Amino acid sequence: MASDKPSSSSGNTDATQPGESLQTDPRRPSDHFDAPEAPDADITQPRLNFVGYLRFFWRQLTSMRTALFLLLLVAFAAVPGSLVPQQTSDPNGVIQYKADNPGWSKVLDFLGVFNTYSSVWFSAIYILLFISLIGCIIPRTMHHVRALRTQPPKTPARLDRLPGFLRTTAVEWGDDDVAGGVSAARDLLRSSGYRVRVFDGQSASAERGYLRETGNLVFHIALVGILLTVGLGGGFIWTGQKVVPVGQSFANTLSDYDSVSPGRWFSPDSLQPYKLTLTNFVPVYERKNLNAYGDVIDYTAYVRASQPGQKTVNETIKVNSPLRIGGTDVYLLSNGLAPVITVRNPAGKVVYTQPVPFLPQDANLTSEGVIKVPDGLAKQIGMVGFFYPTECDTSKTGNCGIAPVSVDPALFNPVLTLQVYTGDLGLNTGQPVNAYALNTDKLKIIAGRGSGKPGLTLRPGQTVKLPDGLGTIELNKVVRYVGLDIHHDPTQLWVLSFAILVFLGLITGLFIPRRRVWIKAVRRAGKVHFEYAGLARGEDPRLDEAVAEIARKHSQLLGLSMKP
Amino acid sequence: MIEVHEAVTQATLVTDSLVSIYSAMFVYALAFIFFTYDLAKRMSQAKQLSAAPADALVVSGKSARGAGKTAVLDRPSPPPVGFDEPGKTRRSVAARLGMIFTVMAWLLHVGGTVLRGVAAGRVPWANMFEFTLTATAIIIGVFLVMQFWQDLQFLGAYVTGFVLVFLGVATTNFYVDVVPLPPALQSYWLVIHVFVASLGTGFYGLGAALSVVQLVQARREARGLVAIRAVPTAERLESLAYRLIVVGFVFWTFTLIAGSIWAEHAWGRYWGWDTKEVWTFIVWVIFAGYIHARATRGWRGSRSAILSIIGFSAVLFNFTIVNLYFHGLHSYSGL
Repeated sequence: MASDKPSSSSGNTDATQPGESLQTDPRRPSDHFDAPEAPDADITQPRLNFVGYLRFFWRQLTSMRTALFLLLLVAFAAVPGSLVPQQTSDPNGVIQYKADNPGWSKVLDFLGVFNTYSSVWFSAIYILLFISLIGCIIPRTMHHVRALRTQPPKTPARLDRLPGFLRTTAVEWGDDDVAGGVSAARDLLRSSGYRVRVFDGQSASAERGYLRETGNLVFHIALVGILLTVGLGGGFIWTGQKVVPVGQSFANTLSDYDSVSPGRWFSPDSLQPYKLTLTNFVPVYERKNLNAYGDVIDYTAYVRASQPGQKTVNETIKVNSPLRIGGTDVYLLSNGLAPVITVRNPAGKVVYTQPVPFLPQDANLTSEGVIKVPDGLAKQIGMVGFFYPTECDTSKTGNCGIAPVSVDPALFNPVLTLQVYTGDLGLNTGQPVNAYALNTDKLKIIAGRGSGKPGLTLRPGQTVKLPDGLGTIELNKVVRYVGLDIHHDPTQLWVLSFAILVFLGLITGLFIPRRRVWIKAVRRAGKVHFEYAGLARGEDPRLDEAVAEIARKHSQLLGLSMKP
Repeated sequence: MIEVHEAVTQATLVTDSLVSIYSAMFVYALAFIFFTYDLAKRMSQAKQLSAAPADALVVSGKSARGAGKTAVLDRPSPPPVGFDEPGKTRRSVAARLGMIFTVMAWLLHVGGTVLRGVAAGRVPWANMFEFTLTATAIIIGVFLVMQFWQDLQFLGAYVTGFVLVFLGVATTNFYVDVVPLPPALQSYWLVIHVFVASLGTGFYGLGAALSVVQLVQARREARGLVAIRAVPTAERLESLAYRLIVVGFVFWTFTLIAGSIWAEHAWGRYWGWDTKEVWTFIVWVIFAGYIHARATRGWRGSRSAILSIIGFSAVLFNFTIVNLYFHGLHSYSGL
């Protein structure tokens, strides 16, 4: 079907007369395949002054070869960041990697490989690439704007050396017939979407597919748009995290966040006030399919959302459907179990009571957590605990192994084990302390491993005594908690819009053919015949077909037959 | 009772699906044998021809490529010796059998993949095993559809061999039982994003295959040998490869954009340099480079062909090594 002879896919424009081609060629880098070839390199170059060197450097930077080289360099430079954990996406991985490879990671750290995509060298490459790109886009855009208003170039003197050349058989026609044939050609080309210009009443010169260059430019400009939006817009982004146990609330104010990372230009004062109360969190586990028994099949967080001056509404947050509220997006990124702990002093007075979020360690929610009770007891105590929602029960499942382990994420056989430490918990120094870790270096263990006393074991509803007569601890119940990510990202919509432009520009820039077609009446030995030829501008594998189709229609209109 | 019934039906469907896939592999193997035989014959004919007197040969080594100013002045090079133009095709019996077996195998392959989806009650591309079934079915599908447009039978051995290897690895090493989707994958984007990604993979794969043949042809042409019989000229192969890869590139661009939108829904950011994101980006940039190379003087021809092969290698790397050995958020291999 498709026939693309080699020459038709090459969009060389030199077949047009000198002068014409310069006027209408897209302004391309000198080493673009379509650009006219540079004059012979043997010519003695003039000595370059400073401006000359600048111009030389600029031409080098905006050449196709440099752009191609920088593109491939970007691809190559992106590789290390996938081999080594990144600070932004996997901070724990970085810590682990540094611990495993102490010497090598110093080198990598020096090179910024743990932050590859914001490193100096990676930035240098893509910034150079984009400068090169902009240097290419600007002249081409200006040229294209002019080209959009320019008429097609003069018909070449000889068509028979151009791609897709065809001719009709010769007939004895008068001038009026020829003029009629040329105006029929003009109408035919116009109705086929060509811009047409008639020369001397003898030939029609036509061009189409200006959208190809438009799409091409839109594609590249939109890429620059994405880069600028991401680069400059990053300063307006706000992200924060908050852990909320069921029954508790989150207020969108700076002080209520567990952690935040504000963009450079984002003021926390501009946070819109709203409040979310987690009324329930329901995980659904697979119970039918034995191959996936206990696998999660759904998480739903039910929240009550209230904003000033608005009615309180009930909303849900799911993994793939964040809650959009008050200029922020609230994502459900993690969840887990929080044992509700109450500690009493020997007199029975409550000194501590709250849900303590434990961090899941595996799919069955074996969870690890830390309880710190700094006040109200004779000594400060800290506890490191493991929680098993369904502790493996030898009497039910048989072989359980030595270490305790959870065998199901649901609360079928919940058990909390604790090791108790006393000493200075380091909470009074004013320094922020990780709530999920307990530095036990300077603490004394009083219950559990190595202390001579067994660790504490609790089931919901149970109360046990703390060692050394310090008081009692009760596991009231176990609630679920959610880890919410709260983002404010005004760049998203811009990036999405540019991405859509990239896609549309790509399709038009690749698939709309830009081509010239000529229909020419040729007199020879008292007879007249029509000639047809085309010229591809850029990739155009169907050029021959298109010319043949126009030739067929035109010759049929005139009642001429094609010369085989 | 109903639950038990469901479980039994699902188990049956899963077994039927596997039986269908295994049968497809067997028939693909037959197709591969016939295609290889056909290829060997084409090669030997090319040798015989090159042993013939020089004036009987038409060497199409000198192409318009890179000739710049004079390119258009050249008449289109004469059709290469022996290549069957579409329309007046004289296909060998072996190639014809290869095609018939490929079509049969493909029907079994698609059937098995659909059964897998029915068994799971969702699209059959939620883990590495299923994705391999679907993506390979798409590669063969694109290959078969292309036959209406172009005679690409000389790629039969490559395509069936490639798919056979991947089906073999999938059934032995990637196999997982049907399990429900984890919450992160419960999105309509799974249907769109992953399917378009496999479409892109299919087009890239065939494009890269054409580039491989192009390199072989270009070498022969450069040495003044006659082109392999029934295989187009290097120039024409390059044009075909380009047209396939450009389509693949559009799909790949869509995959990136759709993936970003999904990532924003699921992970709260549209781009985070996750390992899979990085490699999808790398693949995109390499093929962008390929398209630019085709427009750069001195880079058309074999150099751009090498880029397309590197690009498809990166696709395969992204699918295998990155899925299995790299840490990241896209850990859905199920292994």
